[in-house]
Amino acid sequence: MDFALNEEQQQIREMVHDICLERVEPRAAEIDESGQFPWDIKDLFAKHDILAIPFTPEYGGVSGSALTLIVAVEEISKFCVTSSLILSVQSLGSLPIWLAGTEEQKRQYLPPLARGEQLAAYALTEPGSGSDAGGMRTRAIKRGNTYVINGSKTFITGGSVADTIVVFARTDEDGDSPARKISAFIVEKGMPGFKVGKLEKKLGIRGSPTAQLFFEDLAVPAANRLGDEGEGFKLAMRVLDHSRPGIAAQALGIAEGAFDLARRYARDRRQFGKPIMEFQAIQFMLADMATQIEAARALTYASGDALDRRLPDISASSSMAKLFASDTAMRVTTDAVQILGGYGYLRDFPAERMMRDAKITQIYEGTNEIQRLVIARELLKEKE
Amino acid sequence: MDLSLSPEQQEIRKLVRDFAEREVKPRAEAIDQSGEFPRDLVDKAAKLGLLGILVSEDYEGAGLDHLSFAIFVEEVARFCASTAVILDVHTSVGSEPIVLFGTEDQKRRWLPDLARGRKLAAFALTEPEAGSDAAHLKTTATRRDGGYVLSGSKIFITNAGEADLYVVLATTRPGSGAEGITAFLVGADNAGLKVGPKFKKMGLNGSPIAELHLDQCHVDEADRLGGEGQGFRIAMRALDSGRIGISAQAVGLAQGALDDAVAYAKERKQFSKPIAELQTIQNKVADMAVKIRAARWMTWKAAALCDAGQPFTKEASMAKLFATDAAMEITLDALQVFGGYGYLEDYPMARRVRDAKACQIYEGTNQVQRIVIARELVQA
Repeated sequence: MDFALNEEQQQIREMVHDICLERVEPRAAEIDESGQFPWDIKDLFAKHDILAIPFTPEYGGVSGSALTLIVAVEEISKFCVTSSLILSVQSLGSLPIWLAGTEEQKRQYLPPLARGEQLAAYALTEPGSGSDAGGMRTRAIKRGNTYVINGSKTFITGGSVADTIVVFARTDEDGDSPARKISAFIVEKGMPGFKVGKLEKKLGIRGSPTAQLFFEDLAVPAANRLGDEGEGFKLAMRVLDHSRPGIAAQALGIAEGAFDLARRYARDRRQFGKPIMEFQAIQFMLADMATQIEAARALTYASGDALDRRLPDISASSSMAKLFASDTAMRVTTDAVQILGGYGYLRDFPAERMMRDAKITQIYEGTNEIQRLVIARELLKEKE
Repeated sequence: MDLSLSPEQQEIRKLVRDFAEREVKPRAEAIDQSGEFPRDLVDKAAKLGLLGILVSEDYEGAGLDHLSFAIFVEEVARFCASTAVILDVHTSVGSEPIVLFGTEDQKRRWLPDLARGRKLAAFALTEPEAGSDAAHLKTTATRRDGGYVLSGSKIFITNAGEADLYVVLATTRPGSGAEGITAFLVGADNAGLKVGPKFKKMGLNGSPIAELHLDQCHVDEADRLGGEGQGFRIAMRALDSGRIGISAQAVGLAQGALDDAVAYAKERKQFSKPIAELQTIQNKVADMAVKIRAARWMTWKAAALCDAGQPFTKEASMAKLFATDAAMEITLDALQVFGGYGYLEDYPMARRVRDAKACQIYEGTNQVQRIVIARELVQA
């Protein structure tokens, strides 16, 4: 058993770290303050092939390893979670194509995404169907060689900047059928009938646009359907099995960034004539934070390794990593603000931003309550 | 990264799982109720070669790694934490100091018997007034007649009264703290060594702990382990890998509790359906499973680093802290899933809660683990 990253992963970590230290960290507060999508960071990531990490070389990528992607997302998230989402969503939006696409669909859509010339998004959630994704209302009706899609999506990360959006819709006749009748489609932003609604104002990840999408008689060629009709729900769940370790990586990176900040502060800050690091109250907080992070890292890397080795229990390992790492990020960032005291509460320091950003990791790609259901289902299924 | 068990480790896992299910499980309740030392299980484990898991084949051991050791302790602890800690203390803090620091003569003299289970080992560091602050122990070792005379008291010594060998820490330079501490190998047959009565305690009833009294206890120079003043380092190194064992014990306790809770939740019907279908129960078992998996990875990581010859002090302390806190929470939650039945001693749930508490205390309280971790963080 060997817990060390391989050479490629270590090189990618160093490369991403150096770029983020030099170019991303100085922008992080500004991105948060302005709430604007950081196109400069997107171009930077494209130029350095960071956006190519989720893709295998045959489709213009540089890796395709889940663990390598985790390492990159973790590293970016230490500095700026909004920026890490550019890479995460590039992966999330392309996963349905990678998992269920025909060779032709992959050749057409993946290389421009790997090059970072285009951006991807993943459109599953609707106003009335969040955790209960099977209850979606958006409908695709087949007319000859096209599907006509009507409905709306909400909470779509990157929805306003994406070129290629995978949209899930019902293909059954009556809307009360179960999740079995959901299908997935590749939608391009220029298609008539595709409209972007308002961008949400949020607690954190403010530079990452969260959009409403509207489809009004949106005509999508039948050739853009991913997999068979009715296979969409299963695909959506498989995608989440693959993407949740990425959220775990984000959460892990946030926690590590906040921990580093708190540790540095505790060494420098003097009260009662000595650095506050010398007080057990602070030492024990830092020890607990570091231990929680170590646990989160173990689960997160193990979930990536499980994906790369195609182990059978990836649903459970992905959900466990996402659940634990995101809860850890919330606790650790809250404690980091506490260690910085009044300064932690100020916008002048990144601690409060990290805490605001951490909250989303407990919510998206399946709330942590949904993760517990997934894990319990896998546990109770065993040995039957 | 390679997070798979080697074929050899998988073999060990199968072997000890079979041993635990066949031999340990049926005995666990009786051991707890009677407080008897499970000599039968120690002998059976010895027959399988499990007592010499960390001893090389040159000294009749199995010559396996710390990951295999962790697997061994976990599987036994799933059913009986008393037996697990007896075997753990013998294997790690009892025998490993000789493996790591013994002279060739000391190894030849002790290791084959320890590895075969003909003799049992214990580790005597803690004193009534030197617990977490072990460097200030008071037991003295005074040079006399080409050897030493040990004098003082030890407390909380696991395997006391059953062990044939005690690794005893004493100071050869009183008042000089850690730098004066020296380790000695003291046979149970030494006339100057007396074992006090077994303590009654909350749990781990099959694992005896008692005081040791060293009074005019003569040992030869050849029984000094390492040099004078090296004892503290020897003790800390022993505890580093000992903590891998305690982490594994905690993981096993927690896994056993979860297994029982899941089985019970599927059978127990309330509101006309199995309680496993209620979200409140599902949430509990999910959280338990996540913590167990994290704890197991942390334990295995510390073990893998140790086996690779890399520093693992921080990782072992983190694993110990996390796994034992998790075991406490999980055994309590598992008891709660059983409701009133969990509170009865007819089921193993109450016993696991009593046993889990010790894990947060021994081989360095979890407060000491935090000090160790924080120290590593400051130095990083």
